[in-house]
Order: sequence, then structure tokens, then C-alpha cells
Amino acid sequence: MSDKLTIASNENAVDQAAVDEEGFQTEHMILNMGPSHPAMHGTIKITAELDGETIVRSDVHVGYLHRGFEKECENSNYFQCFPYVDRLNYVSPMINNVAFAGVVEKALGVEVTERTKWIRVLISELSRLSDHLTCVGASAMELGAMSAFLYMIKAREYIWELHEAISGARLTVSYCRIGGLMRDLPDGFVPWCRANLAKIREVVLESQKLLAKNRIYFDRMRGVATITKEEAISYGFTGPMLRACGVEYDVRKATPYLVYDEIDFDVPVGEFGDNYDRFYVRMLEMEQSIRIIEQVLDRMPEGPINLYDPRFQLPPKDEVYNTIEGLVNHFKLIMHGIQIPKCEAYFAVEGGNGELGFYLVSDGTGRPYKVRCRPPSFIQMGAMSRLLEGQSIADVVPTFGMINMIGGECDR
Amino acid sequence: MADTLEKLKERFGDDVLLTHSFRGDDTALVRREQLLEVARFLRDELSFEMLTDETAVDLLHMAPDETFFPAGDRFEYVAHFYSLSRNLRVRIKARCPENDPRLPSLYSLFKTANFMEREIYDMYGIAFDGHPDMRRILLYDEFEGYPLRKDYPYDKEQPLIPMRTRRGEPQS
Repeated sequence: MSDKLTIASNENAVDQAAVDEEGFQTEHMILNMGPSHPAMHGTIKITAELDGETIVRSDVHVGYLHRGFEKECENSNYFQCFPYVDRLNYVSPMINNVAFAGVVEKALGVEVTERTKWIRVLISELSRLSDHLTCVGASAMELGAMSAFLYMIKAREYIWELHEAISGARLTVSYCRIGGLMRDLPDGFVPWCRANLAKIREVVLESQKLLAKNRIYFDRMRGVATITKEEAISYGFTGPMLRACGVEYDVRKATPYLVYDEIDFDVPVGEFGDNYDRFYVRMLEMEQSIRIIEQVLDRMPEGPINLYDPRFQLPPKDEVYNTIEGLVNHFKLIMHGIQIPKCEAYFAVEGGNGELGFYLVSDGTGRPYKVRCRPPSFIQMGAMSRLLEGQSIADVVPTFGMINMIGGECDR
Repeated sequence: MADTLEKLKERFGDDVLLTHSFRGDDTALVRREQLLEVARFLRDELSFEMLTDETAVDLLHMAPDETFFPAGDRFEYVAHFYSLSRNLRVRIKARCPENDPRLPSLYSLFKTANFMEREIYDMYGIAFDGHPDMRRILLYDEFEGYPLRKDYPYDKEQPLIPMRTRRGEPQS
């Protein structure tokens, strides 16, 4: 197709005016979808040039949710960055927390305690479940399968109950700390988590039965927005989008962090690189996530959560109130921040939609000099125009759903 | 791990200005004229098939040092490459001065550079030669200045812009 990317106005379309085989004069039509559109569960605008119902080319506008994440981080100390990273991918905030804590710990050169590692794996996988449930559920709803959506949102609710028990918040969790966690898991968490997992597994199986062989769903997804392995790599795809093309790349397997190398799980891959494979890879990944969580619940060791290193972690409150050393330590950390020696570091984890990386530059002061988030959904939105080329206008919705753009992360 | 850096130094000699492997992150600072060639070499010869990330850093307030940020031009471009087949990562950096903020675009090698280089242009005002569509991406066209530059005030307010018509042109 055409390699022209920009669509400024209707004038381009008029230039395309042509006479079809029956002698009628035709011209391409410009259609604006969004930024606020009932079928777009995120604020983006797609300007599509249409030939009948076929998209000839399109221009994707992102950035409606831009709130200056990097600038805010540069003007905050390291503790204050956690609430900002919660709000990146707000469907799986725990993974963002884990990734950001990871990059700071990498720059500091410290390793968290054994129990913290296992809990971080647990919360990452819970978040991945909630991410995939939302993605598949929402895209099913947009194709008319309302019941699948309701079942999956119900299952997500079980996860958010657990989030709430762990951190006190459903969405804006801020649960990780540099060198540890906010607090240990609450009493009775393990049996509760097991019970909820059983319910989630049931929903996953049920939804799979509802959707996977559903004639309408299958026909709308199979063969739509297909991309080859080579192109997907060139577009920087990661996560389920890349694995749907048959590339077995998962950060958890390629460069294992935390304790993923001790856990037994499989990486499902697709074959055709279309929307159906993206959906199916996510369904299989949910089963793997449940498998990982079960292993974590079985094998999670007891022990301390925090390192309580005076260089970067606030001392326990009874020390702050009862000893002068604790008070001074608390004061220094709050007023001057963590002094990370001058360095740069990149740390990546497997997020819900792909490789979620943080690149940190420290200049030796208490504030990060630069925090860059590698947002998987932003990078995958870069291929949206390519995926939509030659598809019909109705295919925008499932394709957009399967990219699973999360506005907070895409626009930062 | 540092094997990649050795090969880069062997191939590009003095055009590799600085290398380090802090906490296992292999990093090379190269001359900007050679950036495209370095990326091509990484992709074709060393099988770094994937450009994972591109960003920039404004070094305006950074005190120069020997290991990480030597004295030099103001803007530093940072790209992360990943090799799927060899499971390796490498970070390539290049500098460009304040009065000529231009770099070669990697779009001809990696399609993913399209959005990421637009973001760098949007946030730092660094233009990429050979990029097919150098427009702002997260901010709007009328935005004044480049917000992630260190001399852009944190609390600066932007002027109101005129209403647009349905087709996106400014209203007369």
C-alpha cells in the first residue's frame, strides 16, 4: 500500500478521486474515530482514509492522556515516583511497581530478601491475570459477547479484592518499596488466594468455551490484522503480540528476574500472528499465571520482607519514635532522598502487554535525573496503522482491543 | 558479555568514544555520524534484531565524569538493542549539540523507530534525518517548547490555543 503516513485533511482524499470500473467517479472518505468513541476503551483518535469500508491508510493520534510522567519523576524523590508508576498501566499496577523498584535496586546494586522475591512474583502474576482478563473481556464485549465480559470482570474483581487485602487499594496500590515491600501479606491470605484462584480458573475455562469456538468471535478475529514474524520484530512487538506470531520471547524466560528461573511454567506461542492468536495466547497465559501463583503459594518461604538498609529504606516506626538514630535516618531520607551514585541502568520485566522496561539515570542527588518507561502498548500502537491497512472499518475495534492499549502507559 | 563491545570497537575504532558495562549493561557511546552504520552492523552482523527502546537525556545539569557522562554535547540519545537469537542486550548512545539537534533516524532499519523518534522530537526537540513523519506525537502541534529539556520550567503554563474546526484546521 501507500507509504504516506500523514493525512492532513480531506484534500488528500480528493486527490485520490478515480473512476471505478462501472464509470462512477469515486473518492476516498476520511473518517475520524475518537478520541471519545463508544467502541474505543481508551482515548485515541484514528483518522482513517476509507475506500468503501476498507481502510486504505490511517493515522493514529495518541497522547490524550499525557500527564508528564517523566517530568514529574524528575522533580520528585524516589519514594514519590511509586504513585506515578502505579498510574502507568493501571490495569496491572503491581507489575509497574515491581519494575520500577527493580531498576532502582539494580542501580543501587542490592538484592531483596527471598520472601520479597516470591511475593513480587505473586503480585506480578495476579496483575497479569487482571490485565489479560480485562483485555479479552473488553474486546469480547466490543464484539457483542456481553456475558463473557461480565464473567471476566467478575474474575478481575476477585483479583482486586486480593490487591485490596495486600495493599489497601484496588488500583493505586504503591505496594513495592525500594529494597522491599510496604508490608507482608495479610493473615489468611494464602487460603483466600487459593479460593479466589479456583474461581478465576473456572471463569477462564468458561470464557474460553464461550469465545474460542464461537462462530461470530472466531470469524471476526481469525485472519484479521495479520503480521509476519519479521515485521513484528521490526515493529518492536513484545509480549502476547509477539508470541502470537510464533516468536518465543518472554522476559521471564530470556532474562529471568526475581525467582522466575525456579518456577515451572510454559510460554504459549501462536502461529498466524492474527487477532485470534493474540486472544488465544492470552487465554493460555492466564492458565500459566495461575500455575505460577499456585507454585508460589506452595513454596513461598517465611522470612523478613524489608532489608531496612539505612541508605534507602525508611526505618520501622518504633525506631523512628523511640531512637534518635531512627529519627535522623527517617529525616535524612525524607528530606534528601536516596543518594544513588551516578549511574545508568535499564531493567525490564514482562508486563501484561510486553516488555516493560525502565531506564534510570542518576546524577548522585536524591532525585532521578531521568526515568524512562519503555511502554509496550505505545510501541505496539506504532504498528496500528500497518495492522489496519486493508482491513475493514469494523476490524478497528478488535485490533485495537488486542493491542490492549492502556492510555496511562501509552501516553504517560 | 562485553564481547559485543569488543566487536564494536574492532569495527568502528575511534568512532566508539566510550564503553562501560555497569551492572551487566553493555554501553557504547558512538559518534552520531556513525549511528546508523552502528545500528546496521548490530542488526546484520551481530544479530541484534530488535530495537527495544529509544530515548534521550538532556545533560544540561549533569556534572561530567569519566565513566558515564563525559563532557561534550548537551543531548544524549540512548537506544537499547536486543538480540532474540543470542539473548543479549546492548545500549548505544550518541550525542548531539544544542545548536544542531539532529541525529540520523533508524527508521530504515527498524519500523519501531517511527513512534519513538517522534516522541524524542516531541520532548527534546531533536530532529531525526530520514524519518518519514517528523511531527509531535504526545503533545499538540501548537505546544511551545520541549518539556523534557532541563531548562523547561516544571510549572510553566502553555497559552490557550484557538479552537479547531471539525477537520482539524485552526479556526479563522
